[in-house]
Amino acid sequence: MQYKLTTPVTREDLAPLRAGDTVLLSGVVYTARDAAHQRMMELLDRGEPLPFPVEGSALYYVGPTPERPGEIIGSAGPTTSGRMDAYSPRLLDLGQAVMIGKGARNQAVKDAVVRNGAVYLAALGGAGALMAASVKKLEIICWEDLGCEAVRRLEVEDMPLTVILDPHGGDLYQSGPTAYLASLEEK
Amino acid sequence: MRTISAAQLTDAIARLCIRANTLLPEDVDRALEWACHTEPWPLAQETLELLRRNQDRAWERKLPICQDTGMACVFVELGQEVHIDGNFEEAIHQGVRRGYDEGFLRKSIVSDPLRRVNTEDNTPASITVRIVPGDRCAITVAPKGFGSENMSRLAMLKPADGVGGVKQFVVETVRLAGPNPCPPVVLGIGIGGSFDKVAALAKHALLRPLDEPNPDPFYEKLEDELLEEVNALGIGPQGFGGRTTCLGLAIETAPTHVAGLPVAVNVSCHVTRRATEVL
Repeated sequence: MQYKLTTPVTREDLAPLRAGDTVLLSGVVYTARDAAHQRMMELLDRGEPLPFPVEGSALYYVGPTPERPGEIIGSAGPTTSGRMDAYSPRLLDLGQAVMIGKGARNQAVKDAVVRNGAVYLAALGGAGALMAASVKKLEIICWEDLGCEAVRRLEVEDMPLTVILDPHGGDLYQSGPTAYLASLEEK
Repeated sequence: MRTISAAQLTDAIARLCIRANTLLPEDVDRALEWACHTEPWPLAQETLELLRRNQDRAWERKLPICQDTGMACVFVELGQEVHIDGNFEEAIHQGVRRGYDEGFLRKSIVSDPLRRVNTEDNTPASITVRIVPGDRCAITVAPKGFGSENMSRLAMLKPADGVGGVKQFVVETVRLAGPNPCPPVVLGIGIGGSFDKVAALAKHALLRPLDEPNPDPFYEKLEDELLEEVNALGIGPQGFGGRTTCLGLAIETAPTHVAGLPVAVNVSCHVTRRATEVL
């Protein structure tokens, strides 16, 4: 199934999604990688607010290449999400609803996805030129000193994504290969 | 004695950094095209088509194929009849600095592994030099992304582990990597040598075109068998499931000690980049 979603999203918006479905995501998406996540944790530890409204938000794990003059963004494919595993459950519990990246997540993240009715979506790894096409506006909102890791506010239109972890415990990285291998046995 | 100026070297490196990051080597492109035709699983086939579309778009828009424009791994085969007029290593770093700036490539290098401050110009390059006969200088720039680099592994096996042990280690490496290294992957495999040498062999194996088998029939057969075993894992493109987990692999070997069987697997992705010029 393909779904069209616009951020911020609610638990109800995400409830129908199943691992393996595709999503065309529009609205605002914030970028953050390792260093930005670490700084967000420091803010939370000090009791300070996050640099963006967290409720129903989508975070994209990406460090784009510098934009050419006249271009909105450079190449912008996902980085390996597992490096954010240490931080994601805390953000999901605070209301973050969508994680966008690539690669496996740990059990704590999977549990937090189910607990909060959130989703983990995959962007196409290594397809930075294609992923960039759906970005319509870019603005650095904080931590410019982090360079490609600074937090950017992206406005995206129909960003093509695949559901990896769904709110019901589904995991495409398990079910996808299993289904393919089962199809071989049927032959 | 033939003289090559540091400026010539710098110019070549700058050009190669940009070319490698925007245009996939023909052999990797052909392997991807072949995979599109042979992949039996519909979702996997769609995914492979998208990866090819990404390359077209990168070329049209002068965008890097992948946003991780990598650590600049520079391999130089320097003819022993060549004199470099100027500072050889600095000329290479300067080429990387210029290429990454002019090509709008991402700067991904930190100056210290624990204190982690970005050098802002993607230097230093990782330089490997080999002195060879002749009066030419062949330069290859192979930008290496770390999504896949992080999935690489090395083991000091026992001689008794033999071919079976090597195979098991390679297949296990790909299984453990799962969706993380942006499959379909390309594997550089080193067997033999010493602890440091085997890693260099694996890295060097990634430079060999995918349609060029190991010249030794014994290792050519091992390459074929390993590719088949890896592609039986079912991980598929992006880890969504499918046949095409690996586009190709190359084995490089070296003599080793009676007591050892080192093996290293350098994991690379479907954006396995390299570009070469001969001065």
